[in-house]
Amino acid sequence: MMTQASEALDLAALEAAASAVPDPELPVVTLGDLGIVRGVAVAGDGAVEVRLTPTFVGCPATEAIAADVRAAVEARLRTGGGTGAGGVEVRTRMVMSPPWSTDWISDDGRRKLAEHGIAPPRAGGHGGPVAVTIGRPPTQQNQACPHCGSPDTRELSAFGSTPCQSLRACRACGEPFGAMKSL
Amino acid sequence: MNAPVNTPAPADGELKELVAQYALQLGDDALILSQRLSEWCAHSPELEEDVALANLALDLLGQARTLLTYAGTLEGRGRSEDDLAYLRTEREFRNVLLVEQPNGDFAVTIARQLYFATYQHELYSALVESTDPELAGLAAKAVKEVAYHRDHAVQWTLRLGDGTEESHRRMQDGLDALWPFTAELFAADTVALALAETGVAVDPRTLRPAWEASVAAVLEAATLTMPTGAWQPGGGRAGEHTEGFGFLLGEMQALHRQFPGAKW
Repeated sequence: MMTQASEALDLAALEAAASAVPDPELPVVTLGDLGIVRGVAVAGDGAVEVRLTPTFVGCPATEAIAADVRAAVEARLRTGGGTGAGGVEVRTRMVMSPPWSTDWISDDGRRKLAEHGIAPPRAGGHGGPVAVTIGRPPTQQNQACPHCGSPDTRELSAFGSTPCQSLRACRACGEPFGAMKSL
Repeated sequence: MNAPVNTPAPADGELKELVAQYALQLGDDALILSQRLSEWCAHSPELEEDVALANLALDLLGQARTLLTYAGTLEGRGRSEDDLAYLRTEREFRNVLLVEQPNGDFAVTIARQLYFATYQHELYSALVESTDPELAGLAAKAVKEVAYHRDHAVQWTLRLGDGTEESHRRMQDGLDALWPFTAELFAADTVALALAETGVAVDPRTLRPAWEASVAAVLEAATLTMPTGAWQPGGGRAGEHTEGFGFLLGEMQALHRQFPGAKW
């Protein structure tokens, strides 16, 4: 019976529900925008399993994200996740590979971050480690100010209010701002 | 345990046990350094640095959680990450002595960070090729975080070394004081060597040349001198730790031991 119920589940709708969950630390973007929902499948025991990946291994929001995703997918099941969706267990599983990078953030996500005053990461070419050099890596020197748009900004600290952000300030308008780290 | 380098491939059960021990070694390194760094919380020289050191600690804690959970699963005795972190005694921890060394002044902490983050960056860069998918996956993820840790230590080493007479003196003192503990990072550990044969682990000895070249370049740019010295304390991988370690564990484990199974 469990297997029959599982076959009738609308997995695309469940993945959409998981992807629409707002990030608990940056609620202007969804988990889908950040690119951390890796897929939804039915496990061997009939449970719905949502695969998630962390931005940083030690991201403290990971557990809140998992709880929010479970709640959203369970709610979707109740309101029409397919026939026979009642009583299906929902689980999340953290997968590390392939590793998340800032390139997984959607264009929509980048726009929403900027509108919220967080400079989006530089696009492209950040699948590997940040170049480690003596003197500041040049890739970290030119994130534009999300407030006034000036490219003339400086890094205050490589570590900011969340693991995935650095702290920068604008030389033109003087405002400090968070910036998504290139990872 | 003094297995020769060219041992025959370990049997399945034995391999599992070895991987569990290896994950425990790397996990304990990350956990104990995380604990040390978090002692700086609210005591750093400036607010940005407080946030930075807490972030470094958090990254390391994330790595430790992944590695200890994996070790617990492999050993198959039902121990969770919390059991391994909070309910082992001093002699059961497998971390190298460098990560447990007291914070000292800020320069000592930066010296420890420079030595360890450079090592960990080399280690994870190589471990990406591990035949164990769990370890390879974590390494691929963590190497990018550790690149930031190394960058943080490099920038501070340059500022302190090439700063005032006093900051230069303190930075050099920190580097000299911790130098003896760097040898253990590259020691021929039996667990790592047995697993390096099978492609799971990295032979620690192979990491030394790149590490030395990298540290030497930073110290030269910072007008500092590469320390020397023959004293090479070790024993951390065998559970033989330095005096301060018991106090560290006492603080780290106090809550869990007084209120077993506490949750919030």
